[in-house]
Amino acid sequence: MEYTWDFKIVLDSLPLLLRGLVVTVELWVVALAVGLSLGLAVSLARISARAWLNGPAIAYVEIFRNTPVLVQLIWFYYAFPIVLGQQLSPFTAAALGLTLNTSAYSAEIFRGGILSIARGQWEGARAIGMTRAMTMRRIILPQVMRRMLPAFTNRAIELAKVTSLASLLAVNEIMYEGRLISSTYYRPLEVLTVVALMYFLLIYPGSYLAARLERRLAARG
Amino acid sequence: MKYQWDFPAVWGHFDMLLVGLLGTIKLAAVAIVFGVVIGFAVALLRMSHRRALHVPATAFVEFYRNTPPIVHFFWFFYALPIVIGLSLEPFTAAALALSTQSGAFYAEVFRGGIVSIERGQWEGARALGMSYRSALRRVILPQALRRMVAPFVERSFELTKTTALASSLAYAELLYQAMQVNSITFRPMEVYTTIALMYFIVLFAASNLMRLVEARLARIG
Amino acid sequence: MATTTAQMSEAVIRIRNLHKRFGDLHVVRGVDLDIKRGERIAIIGASGSGKSTILRCLNFMEMPSEGTIELDGKMLGTERPGNGGGVERVYAEAELCAVRTRVGMVFQQFNLFPHMTAIENVMEGLLTVKRMGKDAARDAAMGQLVKVGLQDKLDVYPSKLSGGQQQRVAIARALAMEPEVLLFDEPTSSLDPELVGEVLRVIHALAEEGRTMLLVTHELGFAYHFADRVVFIADGAIYETGTANGVLKHPQRERTQAFLARFAERAF
Repeated sequence: MEYTWDFKIVLDSLPLLLRGLVVTVELWVVALAVGLSLGLAVSLARISARAWLNGPAIAYVEIFRNTPVLVQLIWFYYAFPIVLGQQLSPFTAAALGLTLNTSAYSAEIFRGGILSIARGQWEGARAIGMTRAMTMRRIILPQVMRRMLPAFTNRAIELAKVTSLASLLAVNEIMYEGRLISSTYYRPLEVLTVVALMYFLLIYPGSYLAARLERRLAARG
Repeated sequence: MKYQWDFPAVWGHFDMLLVGLLGTIKLAAVAIVFGVVIGFAVALLRMSHRRALHVPATAFVEFYRNTPPIVHFFWFFYALPIVIGLSLEPFTAAALALSTQSGAFYAEVFRGGIVSIERGQWEGARALGMSYRSALRRVILPQALRRMVAPFVERSFELTKTTALASSLAYAELLYQAMQVNSITFRPMEVYTTIALMYFIVLFAASNLMRLVEARLARIG
Repeated sequence: MATTTAQMSEAVIRIRNLHKRFGDLHVVRGVDLDIKRGERIAIIGASGSGKSTILRCLNFMEMPSEGTIELDGKMLGTERPGNGGGVERVYAEAELCAVRTRVGMVFQQFNLFPHMTAIENVMEGLLTVKRMGKDAARDAAMGQLVKVGLQDKLDVYPSKLSGGQQQRVAIARALAMEPEVLLFDEPTSSLDPELVGEVLRVIHALAEEGRTMLLVTHELGFAYHFADRVVFIADGAIYETGTANGVLKHPQRERTQAFLARFAERAF
């Protein structure tokens, strides 16, 4: 088959793709940082014995986990502004959707982690007079972070992949720029291949490090 | 200004949404079936001692695990036709993308299940004089299969959510149909909330059903 | 013994009508006990008799269902009208934390913090609860670890210590808070036999210092040499009490005799 590959187009468009990369990273950082913090709060509500905290927290988590991410993003961009009374920028809507989504998944990770810490740790801390808050901060959460680090890094990697959906909201991250270039120059093969490669180069190191970390933590036991 | 909700406007087009739901189920089912076949083959290749076999298989898996699904969808729809000289229907491209993707993940589930069976089981079987194939069939696989159930279900669940991405290829699954209804009724709030609910009901019911089945299996085992 | 008779006659803890229920299970059924300053009490009894639960009520690891606990003359908790008529006692978080700095506990499972070294474990209460400066806390912690014989294990993580060493760190951690009363909840029950001795030696040394100590234990030989008073628990209540020699060598009542008969082979 006589297809002449033309990667020169891609090389020329590299600045645009790199600009897209910056936006991808921005989305990822925002959603991860805020999502994790929010997730911790939600997990504490989820663990709480009080029904008025527990109930909504369960509903929140289940909604985000049982609907596709793309539907969530679309909803935040097209539907939410209507009740809000104000249009959101694509980036804001995407960041909002990704943040809340991340928080729901993080909440489950935190919850699992906290519940897995032996009761004896709570007792050991309380026995020397530590308050519940001190115990959570100094004794429980540090152990949760260590134990759940593999789960959190997996979530971070998953998030990096999911930022690509923001392209469908016209957020100018890598995928969006890629499609723009590919349709402008009618070179989808080269452009999409390079985009795939860019994502791979971005995400694979994270995966690899996460796997090594997991093995090392498992060995230390 | 208070928003005037108008759900009946959307429900008037409920038949369109049902078409979408069927489209989602169809795509998911096809991807699961083909994914299992691909996953099985790739898992075997990955476990082979021959470098010529396991290196490409590992590359395949790592590629799919470290790149976003939307890239695969676009690549199969826009880029592949250039390579093979044939244009593809949205469904075909989506099915190919989703099947290969799930194949890569299923391969990890299968391989993981088998690898997780301790050496002692192999040794016990071989010490009785069993061949590799007999040991695999009679001792290892029965145990491995039980361990694969939960991750397999988890992956299939994620796969079903990923079908929403096929909307970007104009395949008539649920999200795409919602976009169509929206362009008729101009009621994004009602439309997208309705499909979010539809996804939620189907997925939530499915995951609870699977939890029951898993619990039943655990009791038998 | 270092305590004077005058000091010894003060009750540092007064327990009245202590009850504890777990749902329908009535585990502690009306315990009255005065613990004098400097006194060393061994609490013995069969598994499930409620002896650990009684101990755990004293630092509120378990909340009493009924009854009062007085520490140093002050009644703990406040009364409040309860649901269904009567009164109930509620304990504020701040009060509980304060009590626990004065009544320390050593656990059967040690409960050391795995993400901290030995010295960090001992320092933790001083830093976080007593809000000491880092250097002062470190010095104090080091002193306690030297006292329990672990001066060369300061920067070692619990996972690298033997059971006996871990329990000694746990004792140091409790001691660092300088509690008025020390509670030991079966401190050697989780240890391999050859490691029990090193922990008992440390407890014995503490006893020599005149601390108020309550020890729930199965080590009757040790209890004999350790205790001023022995309390035998059966069915969640005090069944027999007396001197170590009295209860352990000459039990007066039937169930005490039956319980001890099972240990007859063990010469003490």
